[in-house]
Amino acid sequence: MTIGNKDLFVGFLKIGMMGFGGVAPVARHVIVEDRRWMDDKEYAALLGFGQLLPGANVTNMAILLGMRHGGFLGVLAAMGGMLAVPLLVLMAVSTAYSHAASHPVVGHALASMASVAGGVLIGTGLKTARKAKLDRLGIAFAGLGFVAVAGFHLPMIWVLLSLLPFSVALAWRRHKRS
Amino acid sequence: MKADLLIQLALTFASLSLMAVGGVVAIVPELHHQVVEVNHWMGNATFAHLFAIAQVAPGPNMMVVSLIGYHLAGWQGLIVATLGFLLPAGCLAAFAGTLISRYEGTWQLAAVRAGLTPVALGLFAAGGVVLCRVADQDGTGIGLSLLGVAFTLALDLNPLWVLAAGALAGTALSAL
Repeated sequence: MTIGNKDLFVGFLKIGMMGFGGVAPVARHVIVEDRRWMDDKEYAALLGFGQLLPGANVTNMAILLGMRHGGFLGVLAAMGGMLAVPLLVLMAVSTAYSHAASHPVVGHALASMASVAGGVLIGTGLKTARKAKLDRLGIAFAGLGFVAVAGFHLPMIWVLLSLLPFSVALAWRRHKRS
Repeated sequence: MKADLLIQLALTFASLSLMAVGGVVAIVPELHHQVVEVNHWMGNATFAHLFAIAQVAPGPNMMVVSLIGYHLAGWQGLIVATLGFLLPAGCLAAFAGTLISRYEGTWQLAAVRAGLTPVALGLFAAGGVVLCRVADQDGTGIGLSLLGVAFTLALDLNPLWVLAAGALAGTALSAL
């Protein structure tokens, strides 16, 4: 089945518009249930690729899907659809923010939301780690990355370059044996 | 000079894009470092505010990058920041992604994924901790962050609920 560019645009327009508080759950709903572009298993594989590549996960998914079905124009249709409405909303909200930022209530409300958001991210990380069922080595690498960045403020690029080769090499050896 | 700012924005976000192993959250520490500590484009409070706005607005969470660009340099900043962040990783996804999707189901791809996942998860959690550190100015802030952790671990609901509750509670407490 090939998804047309117009269909890609409309599907991702929905994902972008409905993705309040994160697009990942909405993306599954639109792609699997609403548009029926693929089943849950294929969707899991697509999401897996999105996570494997650097960059935003859902954005990568849109690019992979767009490329597969409509080439370069497909990518433009999917990305344009997903970003059009959110960008306009952000411009409006940001303009309002520059006028209202000095108001104490606005400042308190936004600062409180940022505090909660930080907690939600930590919780999401823990939840995902629990589901990923890391082995002892995996927990060690996760811990090293966490401590290096959150504890020692080491530059991200050095953390990635020093951890990823070892982590991938060890996983490679383990998978090759089995 | 605005041109200098735009070039700096493009370069900063392009390099962040390729470091985002584990998604946008994983680069929050580096984003904060570049935007607040290295370039002094804004203070901690504004950084936290913009992150909160991007969380409750619709769209993928990479929109925080667009929002920072717009806040700093208007619509030109929005375009430069968004494209700067999208293009490097996007090109990689379009070309490398099509290539690797052929290896679906092989042990090699499973191995690479198994190696990437723990590091990505560690960096994701670090992103959350750094955001808390930037946003939490007092005991109320720390309490709200703990609320966010507890809500996420205990319930499978849209985080908008706890964000709204936190905004109300935080504002009410500050008025006491």
